[in-house]
Amino acid sequence: MNERTIKVLEINLSEEKIKIHNRKDLGQWLGGIGIASRLFAEMADPSLDPLAPEQPVVLANGPLSTIFPVVTKVAAVFRSPLTGEWGESYAGMRLALAMRLAGYQAIVIHGKAKHPTYLSISSRGVKFKNASALWGLKVGEIGSILRRLEPNSGFRSTLRIGPAGEKAVRFANVNVDTYRHFGRLGLGAVFGAKNLKAVIIHGDKNEAVPNSKIFNKVYMDIYQRVVNTDIMEKYHGVGTAININALNNLGGLPTRNLKSGHFEKAENISGEAFAEQRLIRKMACSGCPVGCIHIALHRREFGPGYEYESKALSYDHELIFALGSFLGMSSQEKVLDLIDMVEELGMDAITAGVALGWVIEAYHSGIIDKAVLGTGVDFDDSQGCLEVLKNIVYPPNSFYATLARGAAAAAEKYGGKDYALTLGKTEMAGYHTGHANVLGLAVGARHSHLDNAGYSVDQKNREQNNLEKMVDSLIEEEKWRNVLNCLCTCLFARGIYDQDTVVSALNAVGINASAGELNALGDKIFKLKHEMRTKLGYSLDHLTFPKRFFETPSLTGPLNENTLQKMLDIYKSRI
Amino acid sequence: MTTAKILQARDMTKCIGCYSCMLACARTVRKSLSPAKAAVRIRTAGGLQGKFTAEICRGCIDPPCAASCRLEALVPRKGGGVRFIKDKCLGCGDCVEACSIGALKFDDETNQPLVCIQCGTCARFCPHQVLTMEERPV
Repeated sequence: MNERTIKVLEINLSEEKIKIHNRKDLGQWLGGIGIASRLFAEMADPSLDPLAPEQPVVLANGPLSTIFPVVTKVAAVFRSPLTGEWGESYAGMRLALAMRLAGYQAIVIHGKAKHPTYLSISSRGVKFKNASALWGLKVGEIGSILRRLEPNSGFRSTLRIGPAGEKAVRFANVNVDTYRHFGRLGLGAVFGAKNLKAVIIHGDKNEAVPNSKIFNKVYMDIYQRVVNTDIMEKYHGVGTAININALNNLGGLPTRNLKSGHFEKAENISGEAFAEQRLIRKMACSGCPVGCIHIALHRREFGPGYEYESKALSYDHELIFALGSFLGMSSQEKVLDLIDMVEELGMDAITAGVALGWVIEAYHSGIIDKAVLGTGVDFDDSQGCLEVLKNIVYPPNSFYATLARGAAAAAEKYGGKDYALTLGKTEMAGYHTGHANVLGLAVGARHSHLDNAGYSVDQKNREQNNLEKMVDSLIEEEKWRNVLNCLCTCLFARGIYDQDTVVSALNAVGINASAGELNALGDKIFKLKHEMRTKLGYSLDHLTFPKRFFETPSLTGPLNENTLQKMLDIYKSRI
Repeated sequence: MTTAKILQARDMTKCIGCYSCMLACARTVRKSLSPAKAAVRIRTAGGLQGKFTAEICRGCIDPPCAASCRLEALVPRKGGGVRFIKDKCLGCGDCVEACSIGALKFDDETNQPLVCIQCGTCARFCPHQVLTMEERPV
């Protein structure tokens, strides 16, 4: 791969100083997760707490960001306050566009502002702005204020945290342009610990098309495949929520804290039902002609005398799973009430939902009582769940302070580990498909189904008997996804961006890379991440698997702890 | 009968805000990767929870932008809209002020207006056919 200069903007919040680094040596890391991982490895201090001022947050985009269809994401790397280990997350909407046209391939934020601050970043530098008046505000309101305060409507991106981030809830998210998020692993708490309420990035710079003829040809080829084939159709049609019915019919939809893989009320909250009854529009990240963002109208009576309010909320499979089937919620109203609450407080929907599942069962089993909880709570009880969510952010006692550290931490202290559905201290995603899913979540760099697609490996290996093949598939997939995450394509477009397409798209912007070189890079990033997370405390020897995974049959049948242990041993032998 | 093709945005409630149109205009007409260089502009009214609106050249039959130009750098086009004669433009910005719907934007970098040439590239890249080229008799 060619020598390219990577422009890194370093922001020191403590001293209110910035630096520009023009780094030739980073070109070999291509972009996105490659560059972010490398910069994080240089700057992170494993001896310090994830919320220590010195810890860096690294954002990075890729060489194809926004200028090719569906290349819409920005990578964030940080030390996760939820796991204490590797923090990695992606967000879209307008962030990739704004960051590219601000002229930075990476932004590093470290230090701690003396008072609540928001940053206004453009090609001309960074303004440190007082955010004291914004501190304490929920996500919706602060968005409206910032839209008024800052120019460049349409070409800017707004990152903001809610009260959960300010109060160091370890699974607080960073909201990006209202409908997307750096959701998982607690980046919001890292922002909060830095006194950083928001970051606005202005894409105010021009950039010339490199070689018009080649560029337009490659663009057109990709655009045609995105728009005129059925590769992307499921994401635009019913959307990701199409998985609710699909998984439920196969018995792989985690239900009532994974007591079941089948939800008898799934029909009520399925993607099809949401589409038919609530969907009002679809939206897209900048540069994506697909438009997978599904917006539901949530109409709510808030007082007597026909007092109504309405909100337009985005929904996806993971939200309907975590705040729906996993909590036994039988109606769209209940799911939307919960989505609205996690959005406004600014916390990760999956973690919040899965932690709530543990709370409900712990309450049933008597580990925690009503006095401590401040409410009764049950499956299908949205009011109780809403109370618990509020208490996580504004904790009335030490139980909630512990719960704000996630389900694994709460179960460690109060018990109920067998049914705290976490892997690698991270709450599970919305699939119960088989051994590869469980192993994939446990060993993936960020414990996400998006690391290595274990759910897909399971469905391609229904017999679950070729363990070596399954483990190798997980590793191979995670390595290739490292390459896609250097480019920051949306992973929904992984079927579009195959090796040949990636090579020709890179070539169109003057980067010569062979398929072999790309694979080597994926491998190199895999190793760097593993090395870093090991330094941060992750160990394959310390992994535990909650018993519930083996009690509830999955989409491919019952899971066996010995089989999983064998697969883990195979994985260890490959690393 | 001869006809001219004029850009229309009739169904903006179907717009998903993907910016494919702006990226296509900038890329093809301006050779720029920045959608801010496009002659079409998709905006949100009231943030992302608001509606999308399109700020496009409406192809006026008697275009005020052309009327305001003292240099005749903008001249009315048959069937509506304008032709832009780049070399004549000094960058006074009178045309931008004259546009009665605020659709004509000024590019500070080139010191010239971002004139829509009614080429239809944006419409070709609209995945939902929200932007279309409609025929109008000359």
